[in-house]
Amino acid sequence: MYPSRFAYEAPKTLAEAIALLDANGGEAKVLSGGQSLIPMVKLRFASPELLVDINNIPGLDYMRIDEQGNLRIGALVRHEDLEHSTTLPATHPTLAAASHLVADPIVRTRGTFVGSLCHADPQGDWAATMIALGGRIVAQGPKGKREIDMREFVLGPFTNALAFNEIAVEAIVPPVKGKAAGSYLKLERRVGDFATASVAVALDMNGATVGRAGCALAGVGGRTIDANDAISVLVGKTLNAESIEAAAEAVAAAADPRTDHRGSADYKRHIVKTFVTRILNNIANSEQKAA
Amino acid sequence: MSLDEIKIGGMGASRRRVEDNRFIRGKGKYVDDVVLPGMLHMEILRSTVAHANIKSIDTSAAWEVPGVRLVLTGEMMAARNLAWMPTLSYDTQAVLATDKIRFQGQEIAAVIADDPYIAKDACAKIVVEYEQLPAITNPFMAQDPAMPIIRDDKENQPTNKIFDWEIGDKERTDQAFAEADVISTIDLHYPRSHPSPMENCGSIADYDRATGKLTVYMTSQAPHIVRAAVAMVAEIPEHQIRIISPDLGGGFGNKVPIYPGYVISILASILTERPVKWIEDKTGNLISTGFGRDVYLNGQMALRKDGKILGMRMHTISDHGAFYADAQPTKFKIGLMHSTFACYDVPAAHLTSEGYYTTKAPGGVAYRCSFRVTEAMFFQERMMHAAANDLGMDQAAFRRVNLVKDDMFPYRTAFGFLTDSGQYDKCMQVGMEAIGYDNFKAEQEEARKRGKLLGIGISTMTEPLGAGNSREYDIIGIKMFDSAELRVHMTGKAILRTGAKTQGQGHETTWAQIVAHELGIPADDIVVEEGDTDTAPFGMGTYASRSTPVAGAAVAMVARKIRAKARKIAAHLLEVSEEDIEWELGRFYVRGNQERGVTIQDCALAAYSNIPDGLEPGLENNAYYDPPNLTWPFAAYFCKVEVDAETGVWDVLQFVAVDDCGVRINPMIVEGQVMGGLTEAYAMANMQYITFDEEGNCIGANYMDYLLPTAWETPGFELHEVVTPCPHHPIGAKGIGECATVAGPAAFVNAVMNAIEHTGVRNVDMPLMPNRVYEALQTGKDVSGMPPVKVG
Repeated sequence: MYPSRFAYEAPKTLAEAIALLDANGGEAKVLSGGQSLIPMVKLRFASPELLVDINNIPGLDYMRIDEQGNLRIGALVRHEDLEHSTTLPATHPTLAAASHLVADPIVRTRGTFVGSLCHADPQGDWAATMIALGGRIVAQGPKGKREIDMREFVLGPFTNALAFNEIAVEAIVPPVKGKAAGSYLKLERRVGDFATASVAVALDMNGATVGRAGCALAGVGGRTIDANDAISVLVGKTLNAESIEAAAEAVAAAADPRTDHRGSADYKRHIVKTFVTRILNNIANSEQKAA
Repeated sequence: MSLDEIKIGGMGASRRRVEDNRFIRGKGKYVDDVVLPGMLHMEILRSTVAHANIKSIDTSAAWEVPGVRLVLTGEMMAARNLAWMPTLSYDTQAVLATDKIRFQGQEIAAVIADDPYIAKDACAKIVVEYEQLPAITNPFMAQDPAMPIIRDDKENQPTNKIFDWEIGDKERTDQAFAEADVISTIDLHYPRSHPSPMENCGSIADYDRATGKLTVYMTSQAPHIVRAAVAMVAEIPEHQIRIISPDLGGGFGNKVPIYPGYVISILASILTERPVKWIEDKTGNLISTGFGRDVYLNGQMALRKDGKILGMRMHTISDHGAFYADAQPTKFKIGLMHSTFACYDVPAAHLTSEGYYTTKAPGGVAYRCSFRVTEAMFFQERMMHAAANDLGMDQAAFRRVNLVKDDMFPYRTAFGFLTDSGQYDKCMQVGMEAIGYDNFKAEQEEARKRGKLLGIGISTMTEPLGAGNSREYDIIGIKMFDSAELRVHMTGKAILRTGAKTQGQGHETTWAQIVAHELGIPADDIVVEEGDTDTAPFGMGTYASRSTPVAGAAVAMVARKIRAKARKIAAHLLEVSEEDIEWELGRFYVRGNQERGVTIQDCALAAYSNIPDGLEPGLENNAYYDPPNLTWPFAAYFCKVEVDAETGVWDVLQFVAVDDCGVRINPMIVEGQVMGGLTEAYAMANMQYITFDEEGNCIGANYMDYLLPTAWETPGFELHEVVTPCPHHPIGAKGIGECATVAGPAAFVNAVMNAIEHTGVRNVDMPLMPNRVYEALQTGKDVSGMPPVKVG
């Protein structure tokens, strides 16, 4: 594996990093965890002229809840930081469930949450959870910061909404109204395999009633599938056999899978429906137990 | 006082592997670790398409890249008569394409440059113009007369068929079917897989014009075969060729063939007069080097109502890719496929085979397998499973009726093999008890009430391991024996060399244990070397589980020669006649006076310092061993699974493996072999295959598409042993390296089928991916894995 020739810079500040991107007019790539970028460079699927390594920039490895209740995740937070968090399962069960299923344990030690969002792989796990949670990305460029809704951040396969001279410095998950419920299920043939199909569901529960409902899918379309509208049939309802069936049907209809060596389009759609049903049944069961 | 054999690391000691000392410290020396002064680097340009006429190859831009020393094309190879090379099955294979591309990934050109980055950059600047032809991705397409002839380079090749072959007794078999109460049938595809060693293939060719000597560091499981082949192809005298196989990062059959990259690097070194290193990348390895399997298997079995097998028929249609490059003995066209049913008493059998060219990579190597034995045994156990169901008989009971009984050995199979030993029913009993077989039906019914699908699968087999004998087994005419050479130094330490080539099997550990067993020299005092043709005795290398049966036997035999000479020295030292000398481990003593003796180390010292009159000094010898028969290990595997009906995902609840490989030299290494083999078997059953789309693109060109299981999903395995010594092997050992890979897949598949066959389905082709299992559950119909995969 021999990549094309490239230059490498490891700036100490965000301003320097942004200046390097700005000066290289689209030929530079930001290197954080490198778990997707390095293989692509090795295989020459990507041949950037410059890699800007942001790992030496202090102050980007935080994960905290701010005064407004937003969860803020800095650009250098690794997958395993979410996986090992003791508070995340209660506050953000959807993220907690996905944290164990991202790639494999080795990749999770280096790969970053924000980097994975930027990579915009149609089979990526975190993008699905963030769309389900209504999250946002903070992009910083020469002219300062702006926020981008996750629904507008992923433009297509491996394409995000960042300008060439912007760095995604932070991901924001808005506060839950009520009690957070949700999960992430993924069908993979082997740990670290790309998802055959995966489902992220995030609900805000007001007692037994669904407040906000979020859902997104990976592996079943040319890009991460935004199924928030589909699952909104649950809003204002309680979780019962009927409402769960309706939601699962609606979400499965939103999937846009292709037949390939991982299975037929029908099979993948069926898995989506099965997983939505399983997640919602689990939530309903735990609500019942709590009540 | 006799030595404690376990303490000196002899037979039966679970001695830690001595080679691991360097491997776990990152101190192994693989081909890519070798750096020679002035070395250049080679990169191969591969075809992006599967089937095409080459209209033009323009290398001019590649020559312009600074640091490029040489750009080779097929035309330049042809000028030196090296554009084509012979395969191990008497076919030819293109080294660099001259006329036509015949599979995706085929070698088109090579760039030799100062560093590998430059070579890669320059490769990208070579422009190839293709005139595309239809891809032919399975043998049924190859049969279609409307399809082009893939091997239009050959004379007398009017179709895409390579061979028709048959063995067995057709008349007797027809008779058996005429008398049958029940006839059972099955149709299977054993998908294309890849051995996928962690280390890819590579070579460093170093031609010295001053001496005329060619030294090649190479990833080869059989360096002596390579030396012979290079002598024939490159017209360099054999004594001027030195092949060195240093540490190998796995082989699994993938490193038996001779690949174009090796040949190109040799010519490049001759032309540049510099050492030339070629190291393949993972994609290159997966898409162009020797694959395994890819056979369609059709079978019929004639049965009596009481469960007795009367006869069997088998028809195979095999896909060999663009060049018939199977590594196999000359007289067999589809390896040892006819070893199928060797553990069962089958009075009549007939096998017919057809082989085809397709526009896929060549190979047909014995992927952890003794020449197609994996397919033979998978077929056997899937056929047995189907037949038991058709008879309405219990799977274990049906097998026990038909397994060859202990008192029937030696047993001549219907296809002519002679099995010689085993306790098949005992192995069945051990396995059935360990998995709780008798309780399973109740367990299954109870689980079904809770909506859970449980299944149990059995796979039993004996397989022919350790080719030769040399009467029947050869590779390109070279007979399959093996060799060992032992030198005992003055201080009683020793060096042992053999014609085998370890690639993870642990020869450095186990060979020393055999010597320790025969001579009483502690295993730690013996160094083992293999893989350098200038120093190692001639041998056929390591594959087909042949090392212990053949080279291991040679080790025992050479140690016995050493002992015989040491006995003469002992008689001299003890001043008695040789007839009055007795042997115990590590020591000769005077009969009737056990106190009066000399150790083997005393004899070694005397061999160099106090030699009796009339005896040659020194204590070294060699042995060439031609086994009288193959060895016949037995395996009985039991697997219990649970299938998730909603998704088709299945999990292994329990796996019991009973192996009888005769006497175990190092039980820990045997267990490691079985665990590794079962992991590969699980991979094939569950997730692993190389397929092709309609355009002939290889799906499985990297580890995201071609899946190797990790510790995460690989189930636990419970291992049991039964020991029936091999009657003809000097230390009673049988092959074990591949038993688990061979017998394993059917255990998993039979278990999953048992869980879902209430729907009426008879077969789901491997890999049993969740989507296939789910489809079978939904439709009750067979799920065929026949390529090409339709995309869209």
